[in-house]
Amino acid sequence: MIHYAMQTVRREERRAQVSLALSVDNVTFSYPYFELAATSFDAPAGELVAIIGPNGSGKSTLLEIVSGHLKPRAGGVLLDGLELQGLPPRERARRVGLARQDAPLLFSFEVRDFVRQGRHPHLGRSLFESPEDERWVEWALEMTQLTSLAERRVTEISGGEFQRAVLARTLAQRPRLLLLDEPTANLDIGYQIEMLRLLCRLAASENFVAVIVTHELNLAAELADYLILLDAGRCLCQGKPEQVLQSELLSRVFRTPVVVDVNPSSGRPRVNWVTP
Amino acid sequence: MTLAATRRNVLALTLVLVGALLVVGLGALALGGVHLSWREVWSALTGAASSPEARVIVREIRLPRVLLAMLVGAALAVSGTALQALLRNPLADPYVLGISSGAALGAIIALWVGGRLAAASPLVAFAGALVTMAWVYLLGRRAGRLASYTLVLAGVITASFLSAVILFVLTLLSTRDVRGIAFWLMGDLSVVTETQLRILLPVVVLGIVTLYTFAKDLNVLLLGEEEAAHLGVNVARVQTAVYLLASLLTGVAVSVSGAIGYLGLLVPHLGRMVVGNDHRTLLPTAALGGAIVLTLSDTLARTVVAPAELPVGAVTALAGAPVFIYLLRRTAR
Repeated sequence: MIHYAMQTVRREERRAQVSLALSVDNVTFSYPYFELAATSFDAPAGELVAIIGPNGSGKSTLLEIVSGHLKPRAGGVLLDGLELQGLPPRERARRVGLARQDAPLLFSFEVRDFVRQGRHPHLGRSLFESPEDERWVEWALEMTQLTSLAERRVTEISGGEFQRAVLARTLAQRPRLLLLDEPTANLDIGYQIEMLRLLCRLAASENFVAVIVTHELNLAAELADYLILLDAGRCLCQGKPEQVLQSELLSRVFRTPVVVDVNPSSGRPRVNWVTP
Repeated sequence: MTLAATRRNVLALTLVLVGALLVVGLGALALGGVHLSWREVWSALTGAASSPEARVIVREIRLPRVLLAMLVGAALAVSGTALQALLRNPLADPYVLGISSGAALGAIIALWVGGRLAAASPLVAFAGALVTMAWVYLLGRRAGRLASYTLVLAGVITASFLSAVILFVLTLLSTRDVRGIAFWLMGDLSVVTETQLRILLPVVVLGIVTLYTFAKDLNVLLLGEEEAAHLGVNVARVQTAVYLLASLLTGVAVSVSGAIGYLGLLVPHLGRMVVGNDHRTLLPTAALGGAIVLTLSDTLARTVVAPAELPVGAVTALAGAPVFIYLLRRTAR
């Protein structure tokens, strides 16, 4: 109860702040065996929001709803004041980029051609990409350090490199809202940190909102500006990392004893496993 | 590869293919039971002084057949390419959705009933194709829209069922009728009327051009249905349109010339080996490639055991497989 009350207070505080780019308002959803209770959050441009929670808590569902792709039972998602649900797919794809675990490819593309698909929403009537489209493709390749792999086939690169290619494709879309479902799943720790740092930097410099779903609590603690903790379809807590990452709360939610202290080098919270 | 380089290559490739098509076409007009020289063919076509036999052979016997081969080859190759993208399956061919079985059944029933219906067998075949197309469409939907997974299952099941029915009907026919139908089932370019060509030409050209407008969407669709939707593709609309167009192209091709195999499966892959998976260049390559391959195959079918004829489907199968294996091994290295 207390968490919920605190949540509401924080949301009001946030709303009073800088104009919000993303506004998720009381969205609900139900599958046959799962229900997402009314969830709301807001984010200004330039922020990295992380949705965390145990498996099956509804994180991916929430992400799909925020993308405008999945229609919620109630509530809505506003991006720069526009109702995402109501937009035609192409208009939405110009503003929202969603990167998840891609389906396996039976046809091979070169990495550059793969990333170039991200420009599809912007092509409009023209058949081929313009020089400006090509520039964004190169930019996306550069940001994800894939320029040297650009001529390789996507079926020949490693899982982690493929994941970076998917991120590059989403970056090439130049969206206002960037949604990533477990972007660091197959990456080594060096690339994990690098990718999230890149996202933070780009969100600030290119002025978009980044929302990620992640299992990496400490990465989220270190690099995210705002956390949303879900459990069994309910939002238990949201706010700054130090507000959300509480030992007792996390131990209960993740069904294993953890202790949250402070990372001495950054001052951010740090989640530690407790061996019984 | 840079965009400018790609476009230059595509132009060059298209010119080369068009040139090859013209050469193959003229060769097809020259070769046959009676061999003509290039000059004789040229003068017969342009109406300059030429022997009346040459004119009859070239203009009335061979030219319709060569045009048919080009149109059918292009239609089947483009349909195969589109279906491989739609179903995200490199093993898809124009017949995987049962269209050819429906057309074959229509043709067989028409020939069995005989009389006026037999004379209109291409129309009945096309009707069979349309009915099958509608049936598989309704069967292949899931949650109100086409899903590649259910679509391919619906097509395969329908094709198997129709093949069984065809075999059943064949056993009821006399042996004389059966031989004619066997030829049709393997593909037969020898019977074509001017009316058929007049209908076929605009339908095939329009069908291919309209499919081409979906080339960008097909590229994105290869990434997956969900991924394509997130990139702004109206997946349901594109799937339905591509399904209809590919089925239409297959339907008209099969109704006039029977089920010529291997073409719709191999030519797209040959095209992919040369230009890659980008449908903006692959579709025209497949169309021209299909026209060339079928014209060549038909010329072989007519000349190898002249004056008898091999069914052209046998030639595409016999020649196609080794060529494909050779190319496959070359690219695997």
